[in-house]
Amino acid sequence: MKSSSKDDYSIVLCGQAGQGIQTVESLLMKIFKSAGLNIYATKEYMSRVRGGLNSTQIRVSSKQVRAFVKRTDLLVALDDGAIRHLKKRIGKDTIVLIDEKTALQSQNLVKAPISELASKTGGKIYANSVAVGIICGLFEIEQKLIEEQLISFFAKKDADIISKNIEAQKSGYEFGESLVQSGTITMPQFEPCDLSDDIVINGAQAVSLGAIAGGCNFISSYPMSPSTGVLVFLSKHSEQFGIVAEQAEDEIAAINMAIGAWYAGARAMATTSGGGFALMTEGISLAGMLETPIVVHIAQRPGPATGLPTRTEQGDLELALYGGHGEFPRIILAPGSLEQAYELSAKAFNLADKFQVPVIILTDQYFVDSNYNIPELNADGIKIERAIVETKPDYKRYELTKDGISPRGIPGFGKGLVTADSDEHDEEGHITEDLDLRVEMVNKRLAKLTDIIAAAEKPELWPSDNFENLVVCWGSTYHVVKEALENLDRSDTTMLHIAQVYPLHESIKTTLQKAKKVAIIESNATGQLAKLIKLTTSFEIEHKILNYSGLGFSVEQITDAINDWLK
Amino acid sequence: MDSEKYNMGDIDIAWCPGCGDFGILTVLKEALSELGIAPEELVMVSGIGQAAKIPHYLKCNFFNGLHGRALPAATAIKASNKTLTVIAESGDGDMYGEGGNHFIHTIRRNPNIANFVHNNMVYGLTKGQASPTSRRGFVTPVQVAGVILEPFNPLAVAISLEASFVARAFIGDKEQTKELMKKAIVHKGYALLDIFQPCVSFNKINNHKWFKENTYYIDESHNPYDRNAAFALACETEKLPLGLFYLNEEKEPFEDCITAYKLYDKPLYKHQIDTKKLQGLINGFY
Ligand SMILES: Cc1ncc(C[n+]2csc(CCOP(=O)(O)OP(=O)(O)O)c2C)c(N)n1
Ligand code: SF4
Repeated sequence: MKSSSKDDYSIVLCGQAGQGIQTVESLLMKIFKSAGLNIYATKEYMSRVRGGLNSTQIRVSSKQVRAFVKRTDLLVALDDGAIRHLKKRIGKDTIVLIDEKTALQSQNLVKAPISELASKTGGKIYANSVAVGIICGLFEIEQKLIEEQLISFFAKKDADIISKNIEAQKSGYEFGESLVQSGTITMPQFEPCDLSDDIVINGAQAVSLGAIAGGCNFISSYPMSPSTGVLVFLSKHSEQFGIVAEQAEDEIAAINMAIGAWYAGARAMATTSGGGFALMTEGISLAGMLETPIVVHIAQRPGPATGLPTRTEQGDLELALYGGHGEFPRIILAPGSLEQAYELSAKAFNLADKFQVPVIILTDQYFVDSNYNIPELNADGIKIERAIVETKPDYKRYELTKDGISPRGIPGFGKGLVTADSDEHDEEGHITEDLDLRVEMVNKRLAKLTDIIAAAEKPELWPSDNFENLVVCWGSTYHVVKEALENLDRSDTTMLHIAQVYPLHESIKTTLQKAKKVAIIESNATGQLAKLIKLTTSFEIEHKILNYSGLGFSVEQITDAINDWLK
Repeated sequence: MDSEKYNMGDIDIAWCPGCGDFGILTVLKEALSELGIAPEELVMVSGIGQAAKIPHYLKCNFFNGLHGRALPAATAIKASNKTLTVIAESGDGDMYGEGGNHFIHTIRRNPNIANFVHNNMVYGLTKGQASPTSRRGFVTPVQVAGVILEPFNPLAVAISLEASFVARAFIGDKEQTKELMKKAIVHKGYALLDIFQPCVSFNKINNHKWFKENTYYIDESHNPYDRNAAFALACETEKLPLGLFYLNEEKEPFEDCITAYKLYDKPLYKHQIDTKKLQGLINGFY
């Protein structure tokens, strides 16, 4: 096994909610990236606004890093409770940096005058900038870079506040530098690269940017962690991009608004989590019957019921798949990387429009809260394919066609009348109880599945399509599995990442049959994708690597699990 | 415009002979024709129930959605294309029961739509259970000892929420119903018109005669801009007032307030994504 390369450093910041960890995280990400270091950041947090203990992991490396690791090289404890909170992630080599006021004693504890330096500058609120300074000092990052980032970060603040933050940072920096120079802390050597064309985004932003690229101009949603980031993002850019963004009174209103908006010519979406989607299911079924496109983003969190509101799980695949009464086609996408989330979120709108079916984008808390640098996304790369027709006077909304797709008109565009009916209906959209016609209409709606399957997103085989052992995964575990395989460095083992979980791409069956051994990795307790694969391909994946603790898989956890499996 | 223009020809109508819904349909077509609203410019949005079938019986664009969910869809349709005339129409069970939460919040949101509610004080389609507006003591196969819940008062709720147009009609008076429909349609903002509608099959108590005897016309001296006076009228239960209760013309409709149209005030289907702007946004995440 390859040991993780030395120039890959994992910093964990831990403190109470409201202590400003987010600020430190944002600043450090920007500073590291501008210094030419790759970064990855993810957070785990409690469902509360103040107090409790939250932590953020920032990985810094000369090479790309895009996944959560259990290993902590440096823990910056802004609260004494951090050590207990993170005890499972503190190893014998972990250095714990803690305020010198603490009474705690242990071997790897490095005491830092954080509060003293902050109060020297002007008060407790400067502790964050002191912390940023200490960490930057350890990395010996150029002062100029740090100051630039601080200035732009606090741009809206008074000049005095900006200069105090810079001062606080400098005092921290000197202390950090002294730790390295005195040999108290030994830092790895990094090789900076040119990342000036890279951007740093998180999963929620990738989904949102993709939606805009896909022509989304309407979002109606009800706040629910961890899905709200998308609503917030599109609301923020409502004016700039002409997006109607409305906070609905509940998820039922949200989905019915979004469907109404599509009917009237918008490209609409809703964002929610499992509980909210449960409320939306009658609406999903409505879209199935009306053959109105709809895009729903579900950021999963552990259930049942309220579950763990701010944690992660892949437990709602079956909800997304079966939610909604009656039989009708749908598409479920589960992006693995930020680039893929951008592409698939845009594509979701084209697919929904083309096939007139619900398209669900399935992510989770781990995914929406994961940040890393990626090459700039291309706004031109995605073509918006509109499937609206201008209606003629004799227009029939539900015209029976071979492929099941009836050209979709919208009211006010053309001379025809556009109907939408949740009852079983005739070609004109009027209620019918003609049972022969009912059969034709069911067949028409289901006929779309053939073309939907043909257009399915191809799963990715990595690193090679030559393999003996196959590790199947879907959605957010992409980079964790990839890094685990990199660590294992076995030429006989490949990852099959499935980004369209329904309907499954036809190649999946043969890929599975080709393998000598197959394992599946899922962040749930029952192996929901394994069940779906069995149903679709008759292939039973016996070995399941599952995790439903609420904390996402770490690279080490998967590395060990695959290693055990292949022993 | 001739109201014939809305006729569907020889169609099968699912309402019982003698039902008040027929009168509402006739009046609706007349009101639309007198206002000169062409079928292509009109979207009728409804839920599920007997009343909610109305869009099928006149020429128009329609969205016959889920039980109780007409208002969110209607709001979104109007918000997506302001040039359309949008009417949300359903029964009292649909609008005030299953859709009660949307009723409240649509009033708060104030989209420029008209909301016509066929109020027959009973569930028609599901065969005679109590509706939110059923009167106390009303005996049904479910409420076997008579309704014990306080009836929902849609007008008082609407006025308390500062709805911008609140009126009630009785389909026994077609002229007044039509006049109020027209006012509601041209009103800029959310307009509630609750329409008493006898259900001849399942409500033998609140029948045509009962509505005639238990209603009266609001006096001409009533000032519809006076919210307290309107609220007092809405709270009357002895005899039920008919007419325009409340009007607030100062409220701006929802879709005129949203930021989405600040830069480009055209229906959403005409909006094009500005990829340069998007690239700018993306690059901002350096
Ligand atoms: C989710 C859901 N629940 C229940 C029903 C059954 N349902 C259909 S119409 C209706 C009530 C009808 O009463 P009302 O809205 O007053 O209309 P009316 O038939 O009296 O015109 C009910 C309960 C349904 N269609 N959908
Ligand atoms: S059940 Fe009542 S409301 Fe429905 S059509 Fe018959 S009479 Fe009218």
